[in-house]
Amino acid sequence: MGTMTDRIATLIARAEQEGLLDVAYATVDSPVGMLTLAATPKGLVRVSYSDTDRVLEELAGEISPRVLAAPARLDGVRRELDEYFSGRRRDFDVAIDWSLVHTPFRRAVLERTARIPYGQTATYRDMAEAAGNRAAVRAAGTALGANPIPVVVPCHRVLRSGGDMGQYAGGVERKRYLLELEQARP
Amino acid sequence: MSGRRSSGVTLPPFQTLLDEHADTVLRYLRAAVGTNEAEDCFQETFLSALRAYPKLRDASNLRGWLLTIAHRKALDAHRARGRRPVPVEQVAEVAVTDDRRAEPALWRAVRRLPAKQRSAVFLRFAADLDYVQIGQAIGCSDAAARQNVRAGLAQIRKGWAR
Repeated sequence: MGTMTDRIATLIARAEQEGLLDVAYATVDSPVGMLTLAATPKGLVRVSYSDTDRVLEELAGEISPRVLAAPARLDGVRRELDEYFSGRRRDFDVAIDWSLVHTPFRRAVLERTARIPYGQTATYRDMAEAAGNRAAVRAAGTALGANPIPVVVPCHRVLRSGGDMGQYAGGVERKRYLLELEQARP
Repeated sequence: MSGRRSSGVTLPPFQTLLDEHADTVLRYLRAAVGTNEAEDCFQETFLSALRAYPKLRDASNLRGWLLTIAHRKALDAHRARGRRPVPVEQVAEVAVTDDRRAEPALWRAVRRLPAKQRSAVFLRFAADLDYVQIGQAIGCSDAAARQNVRAGLAQIRKGWAR
């Protein structure tokens, strides 16, 4: 008979077999606070510093209301994040689902951002230029601010021209922490 | 962030339904079909709910919606059992005592009621639905739902007093 936890684990396994698990999520502790992670069958779709309930509501509205706690589906990402935060990993090797990025320009900015090497930085202007519109510095900033997959898509590596920290969805303190972890130099 | 769903209904993440209503659904099913069969019915209820969920038009009473599905699964289980050569009581009696909230002998008495009364009594007392919700679940008016509950209770009291 088992406990409710067992029952729900069985249910989630069956839901996954039947293709009914549209969004799996898990929470994970990290040196920059608790992160909420979410994946679709296509890949990692969300990493968030925000309140978990709000993140889940957003996912239910934007992707599918079939959102279930299925931490096993995020084991790979969790392991890579652990390694990253303990300084043993420089690159993430996980499939990304860009569903929450709604315009081609934003997608281009974030895909370019994903290629900034560990420990290095770039500027908002660099990202605008790489996305094909040198003048769209502010729009590039907005795209980075709306990055649905921070840390893994390292928007913390993008600074203002001149080395000023700029902004960060998780707060500038976290941005500084991540850059120091990577011993990044502008 | 606003939902993009065409139906305009904001559906909460399905996990919320599990967190908030799984216990109620299980309690209802244990009362309706017995502790053992409740396990399968529980899985079937939530899988059906998951299948249908994205197309749900009205999210105002998710608990009632889940219990209506649970009710249908319980009816299926009753029907399946009717076709099986195993007597009802032998299947249902095992280890019902682990649920302190249910009085097994009483629920067994409820399980012997005619179908509509049985459903109405379960939905009223195991699932705590109101008469309008019971009517929706078993396909009758709220007045008829109330009447079925009343008749079912009278029947049980008669058996109890003997």
